[in-house]
Amino acid sequence: MRLSYPANVKIILVPCTGKVDVMHLLQAIQRGADGVYCVGCLEGACHYNQGNLRCRERVERVREILQEIGLEPDRVRMYNLSSGEAPTFVAYAREMTELIRRLGPNPLKHSKPSIRIEQAA
Amino acid sequence: MIVAKRKPFEEILQMIDGHRKVLVAGCGTCVAVCLAGGEKEVAVLVAEIDMARRLKNRPIELGQTTLERQCDREYLAQLDGRAESYEAIVSLACGVGIQFLAERFPKIPVYPGVDTCGLAVNQDVGWYEERCRSCGRCVLDRTGGICPVTLCAKGLYNGPCGGTNRGSCEIDPEQPCAWYAIYERLKGQGRLDRIRAITPAQEWRDTVPRTLIQPGYRKPEKAKS
Amino acid sequence: MMKSGSNLEKILRAGHFAFTGELGPPRGAHAEEVRKKAAHLKGRVDAVNITDNQTAVVRMASWAASLILIQEGLEPNYQMVCRDRNRLAMQADILGAAALGIRNMLCLSGDHCLFGDHPTAKGVFDLDSIQLIRMVKQLRDEGKFQSGADVDGRPAIFIGAAANPFADPFEWRIQRLAKKVEAGVDFIQTQCIYNMAKFREFIRLANEEGLTEKVFILAGITPMKSLGMAKYMKTKVPGMDVPDGIITRLQGVPRDKQAEEGIKIALEQIAELKEMKGVHGVHLMAIEWEHRVPEIAERAGMLPRPVVN
Repeated sequence: MRLSYPANVKIILVPCTGKVDVMHLLQAIQRGADGVYCVGCLEGACHYNQGNLRCRERVERVREILQEIGLEPDRVRMYNLSSGEAPTFVAYAREMTELIRRLGPNPLKHSKPSIRIEQAA
Repeated sequence: MIVAKRKPFEEILQMIDGHRKVLVAGCGTCVAVCLAGGEKEVAVLVAEIDMARRLKNRPIELGQTTLERQCDREYLAQLDGRAESYEAIVSLACGVGIQFLAERFPKIPVYPGVDTCGLAVNQDVGWYEERCRSCGRCVLDRTGGICPVTLCAKGLYNGPCGGTNRGSCEIDPEQPCAWYAIYERLKGQGRLDRIRAITPAQEWRDTVPRTLIQPGYRKPEKAKS
Repeated sequence: MMKSGSNLEKILRAGHFAFTGELGPPRGAHAEEVRKKAAHLKGRVDAVNITDNQTAVVRMASWAASLILIQEGLEPNYQMVCRDRNRLAMQADILGAAALGIRNMLCLSGDHCLFGDHPTAKGVFDLDSIQLIRMVKQLRDEGKFQSGADVDGRPAIFIGAAANPFADPFEWRIQRLAKKVEAGVDFIQTQCIYNMAKFREFIRLANEEGLTEKVFILAGITPMKSLGMAKYMKTKVPGMDVPDGIITRLQGVPRDKQAEEGIKIALEQIAELKEMKGVHGVHLMAIEWEHRVPEIAERAGMLPRPVVN
């Protein structure tokens, strides 16, 4: 079964969604991504027990941050499915793409951050 | 350890509203452990400020750093010659660190990015409970190792008051009554006599700025810089 | 030996069964409101407790309302909570109160600010109620301020405090009463009693410990105005013990008869308390029900109040 999903979705593999950090999601938005979503295993079926639940909490935190800074929280979302559900994967990719299209482009993509890391000498 | 809570973003944004170049300085010790002001929290705050300001079409130049400790001069010295290029600093250290940083760079406005909340234990990740008010006159020997100054909502030395409710404090059923707990623990240890005697009025020591010099040490002639 | 010469002290020392009332000062500057409430109590009680920012809600100062009471010919029992003032303010107020004729005082910790109309206020609690009792006693009997300095003109105050026989841990409540006695309290007014069985046990223990020989105990009575009030007191007021029997009794009568039933329960309690060894009087807290006090006092056989010179 070869299914196609929207080409605008760029996949970043992680060993478990528990690996996803608040900063990964924030930086994606900060650097101009129109949306980011995490696809984790079904809740209750995490190989590491808590990984996908932790990811959901981080996604929730990032959504709060987006609200605070004046961006639509729906640019960041969490989905769950089992590894055998290719059609569901495609459905979620389409749903997310549709959602982001409605929200329009990320206004941050037109400018760049100016951040300097001051290393402790 | 000292625990703190990140201030609401809106409040921080307001503080730095007039500035165009700001350094966010974290602290790698207590506030890092309690997830309020360590390296990661600095990164998040910097990203938030950057995005919020660009969205308002008022971009800001940001610097980020996390010192090992802001309550030690040696670590603050690492910012010498670099802090000066910023219009302001937001410190995510506890109230102690924020002040020491401000003292180090007296010409630069230093803003608190956290509210320092007290001396607390780590009950679980992200969950901290206050246990000490640093009153300077510890009575834990008499109270079964449970602090009435901190854990009794009225700070009573001869409790419990009449508001004890099935072991809870009158302010909140979720808050255990400190004096109920003290009674139970001392009873279990057969030491109720410790609280039978009246504890006299406290001679408060936390009413003036306190300086602590340990035995065998003395105040240097002039503080080293 | 007479310590303050207050009417309440005279009544108790003469061996009469004391009867005290309560008056909450108004949330404003109208002296008239105090006078109106006082009129219901005049001649019906030996002294009237004047609450001090009760439930942490700001009201006219307790000392001020106490003075209005004196003007009206009643005797106040000036309440003072530890929540709102430090030891300097407390001692200053005590001296001022004594100078203007206040002779009874009730030393309390005070409800937490969170309950009141200024929930973010800083609670002072420089002293607790037991330390306050000791401070008043020291002012009166030793002529010394809390700091140890001499007082020129000792305040003649009959020192009162509260006891809650129903708060946990029950076994410790007698010990805490003993601490108040040791601190120098002259009389105790208890929390509202509904669970008579538990109160009997409390008094039995107090008798056994010899405490009732050293301190006058006035049992607290608050008539239930309605079933709703009883349910509220049972579930919402910390440290209050309302047995199911009270609820069932109020449920058993029509709504318009609940107040009368509440008064009947109170009268039965008072009748029993009068006979109880170690109980020296009743403190009637008829909350916002001052106008019913004359009737309750009459039906409880408390009138006329004895006069002791």
